[in-house]
Amino acid sequence: MKNLLILGAGTAGTIVANKMRRLLDNDEWRITIVDQHETHYYQPGFLFIPFGMYSKNDVIKPKRDFIPQGVELIMSPIEAIEPENNRVRLAKDGRILNYDFLVIATGAHTHPEETPGIKENGWHKDVFDFYTIEGAVALAKHLRTWQGGRMVLNVVENPIKCPVAPLEFLMLADWFFYEQGIRDRVEITYATPLPGAFTKPIASKHLGDILEEKGVKVVPEFYIERVDPDAKKIVSYEEQELEYDLLVTVPLNMGADVIGNSGLGDDLNFIPVDKHTFLSPKYDNMFVLGDAANLPTSKAGSVAHFAVDCFSENFLRYIDGLDMLPTFDGHANCFIESGFGKGLLIDFNYDVEPLPGKYPLPGIGPFSLLQESEMNHWGKMLFRWLYWNTLIKGEEMPLPARMTMAGKWDK
Amino acid sequence: MTTKEIADKTVQVNEEGFMTDPNEWTQDIAAAIASEEGVSELTPEHWKVIDYSREVGLESGSAPTLRNITKGAGVPTKELFGLFPKGPAKKVAKISGLGKPEGCV
Ligand SMILES: Cc1cc2nc3c(=O)[nH]c(=O)nc-3n(C[C@H](O)[C@H](O)[C@H](O)COP(=O)(O)OP(=O)(O)OC[C@H]3O[C@@H](n4cnc5c(N)ncnc54)[C@H](O)[C@@H]3O)c2cc1C
Repeated sequence: MKNLLILGAGTAGTIVANKMRRLLDNDEWRITIVDQHETHYYQPGFLFIPFGMYSKNDVIKPKRDFIPQGVELIMSPIEAIEPENNRVRLAKDGRILNYDFLVIATGAHTHPEETPGIKENGWHKDVFDFYTIEGAVALAKHLRTWQGGRMVLNVVENPIKCPVAPLEFLMLADWFFYEQGIRDRVEITYATPLPGAFTKPIASKHLGDILEEKGVKVVPEFYIERVDPDAKKIVSYEEQELEYDLLVTVPLNMGADVIGNSGLGDDLNFIPVDKHTFLSPKYDNMFVLGDAANLPTSKAGSVAHFAVDCFSENFLRYIDGLDMLPTFDGHANCFIESGFGKGLLIDFNYDVEPLPGKYPLPGIGPFSLLQESEMNHWGKMLFRWLYWNTLIKGEEMPLPARMTMAGKWDK
Repeated sequence: MTTKEIADKTVQVNEEGFMTDPNEWTQDIAAAIASEEGVSELTPEHWKVIDYSREVGLESGSAPTLRNITKGAGVPTKELFGLFPKGPAKKVAKISGLGKPEGCV
């Protein structure tokens, strides 16, 4: 019997468990997955909670419901990964799990305590985040009675998961305050360390224009040093100050603590891997999937899904002694909710930045790329259903794993 | 891929002016790029950061992050912003001839 051990039963880990159980022989492979929390969160749904569009119940389900028969689920914090000895230590009962192959999918997590002032006396009074369920729910409550003022959204540092989520938040806020009848009393500012609205130039221009139309002020190259919760301002390393009445922060994102403690990560606890195959350059039986990997593509559920598609085929080759193919191209495909019942779509990979055009999808599409449409909003809404019902169960999705240029306007 | 004349030497650069071959780098090139980037004089403090980044960059194949520099070179973040204003990670990478940092996507 060989052991495949998966760490983390979030988006990526759950898809891998489902896929591999179907692909690997039950008599030859034991599959085990470990996670510390019982609840699976549909994180993309956190975005909608502050605006009362989703409630907590819309984004949670028990993890167990998504782990297939024939895969053992162990609930325990992971204490240490010891790749030299091919084993993992769990916190619960000091249990030790040995493995032949290891898949790490422990995700990325926010660290508000890394920026002085965020988690002090203003926390959940006029300083909030929406990257955690607690933050999103607290912000929803606050926004129900907020009378307006200066709202500042600040991204502390990149990379963050779902790099478009802050933009969506801004555009939904514009719409939400309009619906509440207080848009004229709200000043919306976006302070980002990036040189513009987004990471890639063409999309940055398009998205920047849309933000401007919606009356969102962008303050680029803002590297926050600290929050002053008493004076209600954020201060950059270059002494630039922005005053707020409501601060929404996207705190520093880091890989799981256990990665750092096990000495496997970079400065932010993300793990270096081959960008086309997910294999660790250091350990030839260790793969890293999802947000935990240090890869130059978006940290997103859609990416995790494409990644696992490529990984599973390659893993079957690998265990049969064949070379892996460099199949993963960094493909990311993100719907961007833009308020007023509309949305945008971007589709890109390691080499091709998001371009305008049409995204063909047999039976449903086309969706317009980098332009607002109602269809894209429905795509985003449909994504939740797809997520719970097909995506994390590792079933076929109507989306090819590798990017295609079909429909894109290439200059 | 394009080439560019910097400090009397022809080097390969990407569309944003980041050098693509770190071996073509010289100290004169560093000074020339620095002044283009608004850093008019490279002091010993600047060189401490650049030398460290070159060392790490050549070994790992990519420019170090800000966090790595603060820890490794022992220069506090705030000081880095003073030395290389407006985005020190990117500026240090550019001046050190290490290509664009891959970090942000
Ligand atoms: C606000 C927001 C909006 C988003 N919007 C989108 C979107 O529109 N589209 C999109 O594609 N993606 C979106 N994402 C990103 C998406 O949710 C993530 O990229 C995806 O969930 C990553 O999956 P993962 O498996 O890598 O990590 P996760 O799903 O986070 O899973 C990691 C798991 O590891 C477990 N774990 C970690 N450390 C330990 C330990 N020491 N012991 C035991 N267990 C541990 C955790 O409990 C967790 O279950 C969004 C994210 C946020 C926060």
